[in-house]
Amino acid sequence: MSTFAAVVLFVGVIAYAVLGGADYGAGFWDLTAGGAERGRGPRHLVDQSLAPVWEANHVWLIFCLVMLWTGFPVAFAAIMTTLYVPLGLAALGIVVRGSGFAFRHVFVRTDQQRVVGAAFAVSSVMTPFFLGTVAGGIASGRVPTRGDGDPVTSWLNPTSLLGGVLAVLACAFTAAVFLTAEARRRDEPDLERWFRARAQVTAAVTGVVALGGIAILRTDAPRLFAGLLSRALPLVVVSGLCGIAALVLLRRGAPRLVQGLAVTAVGAVVAGWGVAQYPYLLGTHLSIAEAAAPAPTLVALTVVAAAALLFVVPSMGLLFVLQQRGRLEA
Amino acid sequence: MLVASLVAEAADPAQLVPAREQMAFTLGFHIVLVPFGVAFTFLMLIANYRGIRRGDDAALLLARRWSQVAGVLFAVGAVSGTVLSFELGLLWPRLMGTYGAAFGVPFAVEGLFFFLEAIFVAIYLYGWKRMAPWPHFWSGVPVVLAGIGGTSSVVAANGWMNQPAGFTLRGGRVVAVDPWGVFFNDAFWYEALHMLLAAYMVAGFVVAGVYAVGLLRGRRDRYHRLGMAIPLTVAAIVTPVQIFVGDVAAREVARIEPAKFAAIEMVTRTGTHVPLVLGGALVDGEPRYGLEIPSGASLLVGYSPGTRIAGLAQIPADVRPPDRLVTTVHLAFDVMVGIGFALLGLALWFALLWWRRRTVPENRWFLRAVAVSGALTVVALEAGWIVTEVGRQPWTVVGHLLTREAVTTSGNVWLFFSATVLLYVAVGAGTFYALRLLRRRWRSGEDTEAEVPYGPSRAGEPVDRAAAAR
Repeated sequence: MSTFAAVVLFVGVIAYAVLGGADYGAGFWDLTAGGAERGRGPRHLVDQSLAPVWEANHVWLIFCLVMLWTGFPVAFAAIMTTLYVPLGLAALGIVVRGSGFAFRHVFVRTDQQRVVGAAFAVSSVMTPFFLGTVAGGIASGRVPTRGDGDPVTSWLNPTSLLGGVLAVLACAFTAAVFLTAEARRRDEPDLERWFRARAQVTAAVTGVVALGGIAILRTDAPRLFAGLLSRALPLVVVSGLCGIAALVLLRRGAPRLVQGLAVTAVGAVVAGWGVAQYPYLLGTHLSIAEAAAPAPTLVALTVVAAAALLFVVPSMGLLFVLQQRGRLEA
Repeated sequence: MLVASLVAEAADPAQLVPAREQMAFTLGFHIVLVPFGVAFTFLMLIANYRGIRRGDDAALLLARRWSQVAGVLFAVGAVSGTVLSFELGLLWPRLMGTYGAAFGVPFAVEGLFFFLEAIFVAIYLYGWKRMAPWPHFWSGVPVVLAGIGGTSSVVAANGWMNQPAGFTLRGGRVVAVDPWGVFFNDAFWYEALHMLLAAYMVAGFVVAGVYAVGLLRGRRDRYHRLGMAIPLTVAAIVTPVQIFVGDVAAREVARIEPAKFAAIEMVTRTGTHVPLVLGGALVDGEPRYGLEIPSGASLLVGYSPGTRIAGLAQIPADVRPPDRLVTTVHLAFDVMVGIGFALLGLALWFALLWWRRRTVPENRWFLRAVAVSGALTVVALEAGWIVTEVGRQPWTVVGHLLTREAVTTSGNVWLFFSATVLLYVAVGAGTFYALRLLRRRWRSGEDTEAEVPYGPSRAGEPVDRAAAAR
């Protein structure tokens, strides 16, 4: 039962990493798109493709928080009292990102758009970085069961920094792939090339960082390292293969196939983290079963998850289909 | 008033004041946006329906512009709501760590509704141009329903803090949970209904107020009249219902939350023939400076002067709220009720004018009153929230967890608080500025914005633009 709740929670984490991640990554490309004149095309595409979906994608984060604090309250309190610095910064980053994006939609003067656009873009890079360091802190077992762990080294450590950098890169990669497909759908070959080139570069960089990360994990988070190379190895391999396949097919493959590959590449590595950690929630000191809420709560969460499957997933499908068919216009 | 209520007691942990200030500030910010996600969408759909059904271009234009406003406010509301989720853990880890298994259940339900709301808001907002009218209209309906469900769920969680139920505590840990009992706690029905109606009142009066200002400034076209009439009608219908619900709620509070009720009415000693005190303050444990209506409180609670009401003296001294907290709760309650009745008067005035003339009133004094009513409802909303939150102090979970025990002991909350205030001031200013920009654009009739760098192209208006230009 508790394992099932943990799986539901992790499905939320994966969904947020992939869908929310793509939105953050779009902010990354917005940030690096250059001056007002040069960056107009990419920024316009980012605006158009992000506006209808980012709020729905953002709700996955709420889903994860709620699942964690209801299903595993002890772990939630421990994480919050230990990693409060990156989490607080991420929370503020989320405010800047969302409102900056909404304002940029309304503001018309270039200088004003530049300010709110920069706020949106910078926070789009900072937020996943901080959330990545949180993941690294949890994955490397730096959150004690009773909470109040070291407020600095819990997130300023090799694994956390790796997590932060990988999070930013993975976001940038998925976003670049998505935006390449979007540009193709809109028949804008220049933008398609622009994003494709960036997707290729980030894919390569992400691959290199991930390989280098193996060395970091080996010394800094040996348990995670062992898990990733044993039980979670298939997922790691799938992730790598999908990444490479996406890279190869980026030019010729059907956009939807490439998108699927990119999503799988990112999702599989996040799932690999979860599998490598199993059966523990925190380090090797708090197991999923120990942290779990009483059974009726978990049943209630399961009912909610089933309702989400029944109502939310089709609705989200509708939203994506309408967007892909160009029925929604920002 | 609020600040005064947050002065630290000597024995309190150092983080208590900044944590409470931060929670109060961010929740106070977020709650103003709630009506615009929950109820404003309903107004939008009324205008939209009328627009399609009667081929009313002005109504359609209103619906469309309102959806642009809702888009901005929904975004800011979504992210400020997220901050609250983080804060529950960052500021009140002992609440979440111990009671999350019970307290979290309503939030899980809320998450579901929030998902649906976010999805269909997006479809509705961005579907104006390329979707057929009726499917587009129907895509807005789930937003209204999800708003009702979401608000009820969050308020269920709040109600649970006031009337904790549905769990068994053993050795400082929740060992058994009855999710149904948690959600439908004793405070759920009156709190949820009261908040929902409040949301409809705020959205109604605020939007009506905006168009009343326009009418006062001489923009007396159909567009402005309709812009005032739709929200004002909704608000005017809701207001008497709200007064009734509020009255029931107050009696329920007297019955099941006696400590809060004692603070609301500044009842010091338990007894009968308790007077109703309007205004005033609790000084050295005695109500002062207020206007006393003999036996008023007893009459309101039990329809008889002999009704017995529990007083503050009955609360054990170590968990008795200090005088200034009682004063805060009492005055906030008076402000809320006072505004409520003023708005009831406005609603009746509207009904009377409508009944006699069958047109949207253009009486200047009436328009002035409507213009002010928007700000007043927001004040009433905040005041009501102060009553329920400050009125629960010193408890976070009544009878189980004191606020000073729930607060975090890590980090420096003052820093987090300062950063949050600075950021929220900027976001608040940005929101106002964005809405003003929208207004300016509408007024000049250039809803289709010029092509500018960074700027996304905005979809053109489907309706007569000349009507909008005024």
